[in-house]
Amino acid sequence: MHKLTLITAALAALLATPLPALANPEIDRLRAEFEQKLKTLQENHDQAARQSSAPSAFNPEISLILQGRYHNAKGDGHITGFLPAGHNHGAPKGFSLDHTELTLGASIDPYSRGFANFAIADGRIETEEAWIQTTALGNGITVKGGRYLSGIGYSNEQHPHAWDFADQNLAYAAMLGGHYIQDGVQLRWLAPTPMFLQLGLEAGQGADWGDRNQLGSHAVFAQIGDDLGASHSWRAGLSSLLARADRREGHWDDDNGDEAHTYFTGKSRYWIADLVWKWAPLGNSKQQNFEFQTEYLHRNENGSLVCEEAACAAGITDSFRARQSGWYAQGVYQFMPRWRAGYRYDRLDSGTVNFGPTFTGALSASAYTPERHSLMLDYSPSEFSRLRTQLARNQSTQGLTDNQVTLQYIHSLGPHGAHKF
Amino acid sequence: MKLLKILLLSGLTALAFAATPARATLNVLACTPEWAALTQEIAGNRAKITSATTAMQDPHRIEARPALLAQARRANLVVCTGAELEIGWLPLLQRESGNAAIQAGQPGYFEAASVVRLIEKPTVLDRAMGDIHAAGNPHFFLDPRNLLKVADALAQRLAEIDPAGAVHYAARHQDFVTRLQAAIVRWEQEAVALKGVPVVVHHKNWSYLTAWLGLNVVADLEPKPGIDPSVAYLGQLLGKLKAQPAKMVLRAAYQSPKASEWIAERHGMKAVQLPFTVGGSDRAKDLFSLFDDTLARLKEAAR
Repeated sequence: MHKLTLITAALAALLATPLPALANPEIDRLRAEFEQKLKTLQENHDQAARQSSAPSAFNPEISLILQGRYHNAKGDGHITGFLPAGHNHGAPKGFSLDHTELTLGASIDPYSRGFANFAIADGRIETEEAWIQTTALGNGITVKGGRYLSGIGYSNEQHPHAWDFADQNLAYAAMLGGHYIQDGVQLRWLAPTPMFLQLGLEAGQGADWGDRNQLGSHAVFAQIGDDLGASHSWRAGLSSLLARADRREGHWDDDNGDEAHTYFTGKSRYWIADLVWKWAPLGNSKQQNFEFQTEYLHRNENGSLVCEEAACAAGITDSFRARQSGWYAQGVYQFMPRWRAGYRYDRLDSGTVNFGPTFTGALSASAYTPERHSLMLDYSPSEFSRLRTQLARNQSTQGLTDNQVTLQYIHSLGPHGAHKF
Repeated sequence: MKLLKILLLSGLTALAFAATPARATLNVLACTPEWAALTQEIAGNRAKITSATTAMQDPHRIEARPALLAQARRANLVVCTGAELEIGWLPLLQRESGNAAIQAGQPGYFEAASVVRLIEKPTVLDRAMGDIHAAGNPHFFLDPRNLLKVADALAQRLAEIDPAGAVHYAARHQDFVTRLQAAIVRWEQEAVALKGVPVVVHHKNWSYLTAWLGLNVVADLEPKPGIDPSVAYLGQLLGKLKAQPAKMVLRAAYQSPKASEWIAERHGMKAVQLPFTVGGSDRAKDLFSLFDDTLARLKEAAR
């Protein structure tokens, strides 16, 4: 430090000294050289100062997602005619802390990377994800293990803060409990082709789907995608999930309209088709861009159902079979920097539901077709913050047309990792 | 002696060109067009080079698209800027590609910033300061003297990954350096008239160019790096420019012309769109024509 000051002073004195032959190119050259050396010295000094003050260059990326909202609705978001599957965050009314997420991620060593995401709500912490992933296997192979959001479908891997709307689409909400979390391993292979082609296999235990020794869940998915010129890109996928449920909790409106508690044990087979298309003029998404996203889900369930309370006060157990489906399509348009508007349409098909004969008089199938229209407008002061207004006309509960208003903020602190396409 | 050296070099170059089969042995994914162009200069037909971005795209805001993942999967070498410029998408490409060769720390991942001294290192790292880069300003390729340093390192790296092509890379590298050094001398002579010319910049992506040419940056259109200017802020800036007039306002081809044209019209200066990188104008087809075109546009506006 002292040395630097001395050199600086010496150089300053040297440069300030009036020289007789100032126009001499040799002197100009020397002066430029000195100036450059001085600059280099200063930069080195700055760098040294910065390095010594940094606590550690190996800090994991820690980020905190602050998300809260005001939600005005008549109903509680109940979806008529579908047995809920697992974990659902619910939809509290009024002001609420939607979801506070704490994420940590870092390379573990040159061979793997770790990541965890904790959803924090009053009095509890939920481990949404906690996994390790290989980075050094090569040949396009990546293995992930631990708890992770299954790679099926498109929006299954998105955390709520990455959604384009304030809530999850109805099909996922009704049939996957928002999203399907897997405890197990995932193997992905990216083909060495000019076009994007990825295959994935998963084996595990569906989280929230019960306690058992045997593997509860298998999934397989294939995705393709590419660019079309400089302005368009797309991805399409097809997934299949076979999940075994062990006393999966749910509820069903009995024949008197009261809510009965249910426990489903059996197999659920899902098929999901997804398509995403994005447009930005010449690939520059800053001013304007458009995203279209659609998914179709089909669920086939076969097993036994235990029903308690309400019309099943005595407790009823019998067979249960259902073939149901749902889809959504949405478009989100950024019409000027920072501002986006979007529309989403959701629709479910109750399909065919067969209750065993013992349920006669207590539970029966519904022919209702849940539907929802959502309009949203959001404003992002920066890439780390977003404010959103959403209006929805929700007809997911039979006999109720619920006009909902949601105001939401999503802010992220820290070096938040990039989102997938 | 010098003549001998030149003769030897050109002989070597000719030999290397003749000995090289016309098929690419390396797959190179460059993060930005300037690195694709530089790799092209050094590797020639030994590499099949694709750029993840074009001059019309803001390198800060790119998505890890499926097409980019497919390219990252097959790449033997990824050539990027580093210094957090590509932080929003490159780590995802590396992680999801299943390609062990291009991970950070591997020879297949080349970071140009590692051999260049960066300027404008922030002393305080706070997002309230806007979109700042902890390592310093990453837009250093617009000082062509930095390109010489990167070219040295890149030629070495190419030879490390593809030892069979070492002679080829060394010869092409030497040829490139000779041409670039000559061009730098020429550009610096041409730019004498630009020394001290007061300019306004849209974003801090011109800092190296203005420092090299001796342009005097009197204001930024962005109140903070990466934050778009509001009309109110531009109004304030207009007041400031009255006291300290500028001759022109510079923006990159990928930036919206609105703000710079708005202020140029009111202040009575020229709004100049520069190619910024290779492909940013019809003329900027390689690294040499990039600087030729940039200087021509600057000189035209300074007249």
